[in-house]
Amino acid sequence: MSEQMNELGTHIELKRPDCVLGWDVIHGELTVNVPLASIHAFVEFLKTDRTCQFSSLVDITAVDHPGRDARFDVVFHFLSMYQNHRIRVKVAVREDDMVPSITDIHPSANWFEREVFDMFGILYSGHPDLRRLLTDYGFRGHPLRKDFPTTGYNEVRYDEALKRVVYEPVNLVQEYRQFDFMSPWEGAEYILPGDEKSDAKAGAKG
Amino acid sequence: MMDASFEDTLTGEQKIRNFNINFGPQHPAAHGVLRMVLELDGEIVTRADPHVGLLHRGTEKLMESRTYLQNLPFLDRLDYVAPMNQEHAWCLAIEKLTGTEIPRRASLIRVLFCEIGRVLSHLLNVTTQANDVGALTPILWGFEEREKLMVFYERACGSRLHANYFRPGGVHQDLPAALLNDIDAWALEFPKVLDDMEGLLTENRIFKQRNADIGIISEQDILDWGYSGVMVRGSGLAWDLRRSQPYECYDEFDFQIAIGKNGDCYDRYLVRMAEMRESLKIIHQAIEKLNNEPGDVLARGKLTPPKRDDMKTNMESLIHHFKLYSEGFHVPAGEVYAAVEAPKGEFGVYMVSDGSNKPYRAKIRAPGFLNMQSMDYVTRGHQLADVAAIIGTMDIVFGEVDR
Repeated sequence: MSEQMNELGTHIELKRPDCVLGWDVIHGELTVNVPLASIHAFVEFLKTDRTCQFSSLVDITAVDHPGRDARFDVVFHFLSMYQNHRIRVKVAVREDDMVPSITDIHPSANWFEREVFDMFGILYSGHPDLRRLLTDYGFRGHPLRKDFPTTGYNEVRYDEALKRVVYEPVNLVQEYRQFDFMSPWEGAEYILPGDEKSDAKAGAKG
Repeated sequence: MMDASFEDTLTGEQKIRNFNINFGPQHPAAHGVLRMVLELDGEIVTRADPHVGLLHRGTEKLMESRTYLQNLPFLDRLDYVAPMNQEHAWCLAIEKLTGTEIPRRASLIRVLFCEIGRVLSHLLNVTTQANDVGALTPILWGFEEREKLMVFYERACGSRLHANYFRPGGVHQDLPAALLNDIDAWALEFPKVLDDMEGLLTENRIFKQRNADIGIISEQDILDWGYSGVMVRGSGLAWDLRRSQPYECYDEFDFQIAIGKNGDCYDRYLVRMAEMRESLKIIHQAIEKLNNEPGDVLARGKLTPPKRDDMKTNMESLIHHFKLYSEGFHVPAGEVYAAVEAPKGEFGVYMVSDGSNKPYRAKIRAPGFLNMQSMDYVTRGHQLADVAAIIGTMDIVFGEVDR
């Protein structure tokens, strides 16, 4: 399996050296990193190339890395039912970048891109109908960003007096519990607040 | 004279405007909460705009703040018609990242219950679709069988619906001895029910009129809209992940892949009926193999709890048990995509791990999501009444579409 994937990776890199920033095969899965500018052409190449034939779009999603300069990774999964192989394509995207839509190549990208826009706030250029998909009408914010609180900002309830659903700021009876799993068991490094200097001391001694 | 005067009144202001109707969100044929804005030209649908997300629970966001094990029950609540098939994808993803080999007995149990899940899902789908197009009896018969299957679920894991039975590294518990015999006995009787149901539906004139030549999917549509599962097989492509990219131990089972010819709703119904019969074959084989395969059902290690008696005698085991259920296990950093052939199509989990005990990002790829999005394309040009048949045939469950 991995050998096939290696061959495929080499083939893609040879055919499209300008598009491929790097590729690897981990767990038998081929991942190709592609610059943002060439993603549209690269997806088209994957679909039309005889060896690749990645004719089905499986999934588009994004991963948020707030600490990084290019904050998001947009991740595409493609499948070829004819060659029976899969590929993962990753594109690093900055927060203010526009990603070219691939709906003209794969119509099924439509809702995936809407979802990514909804959940991460990544904008697509050339998308026919970029509306929110899963969140409420009039929702604000992008829930799957790491800086969006899991509890959200608004809650809804049915108001008996007004006879309609009302929106209110979230009011938690108990704080949302994000457990800290700092563990003394499995090679964890103790980080005690205010104890940062001990490390420096130990370093100086050592 | 009359004609002339009629034409006279048809001035610019009275142009016939297409009629918009709001389908759902609480429509029995919507199979859940689907709001769809339909633009109608007479009886013909000219545009369908599904508004999904009414059942959105933020599963993927919630997963980021829970351990891998705590996230497992979320998977049950996606496609709640066949819960264990979803759990399977999650477990496979974790096992792929950690490189865990599961014991053979656990693998066989998984296959057995995945097929039971397939029957559960197809039963619900076929019968509710028949209900949507006017047949009331099959749903009553089908749900009786579903009830029996849920009792098997309950006897295996203690819960009828939200099983939480497949675990990373195997399955939660071994099956009671009598259960295998009972499943086997059920699988022997079930074809009778299928025959009855086919007797009611397959050659039924109304059922055929409502389904044949409705919602035809061509090979190009499959590629364009990313279909999987029955939507592909109904159109004549023998694509089944159990065969083409075997996971678990499906490669050692003998079963056929049912395919349709015309790619319409009727063919997909036939494919589902045939698939249930194939699932029964797998169930029989799995039970036979299980009877000759005693042993553990969990790969003992970091991912799984220690044995009960170890815990009573061994301090390390006790600590391990405590840490497993509080902190959870750590998964090596990396990313992985694991897909299974769920009853509705390819169900995948894309997991990004940062090496901690919680997934950094988990994306659930549900087959129903892609089916739903092609609604506009497929219903266009069909009659309003066909919309219900098409929603039925696409096998849409909102738990997995909205996540």
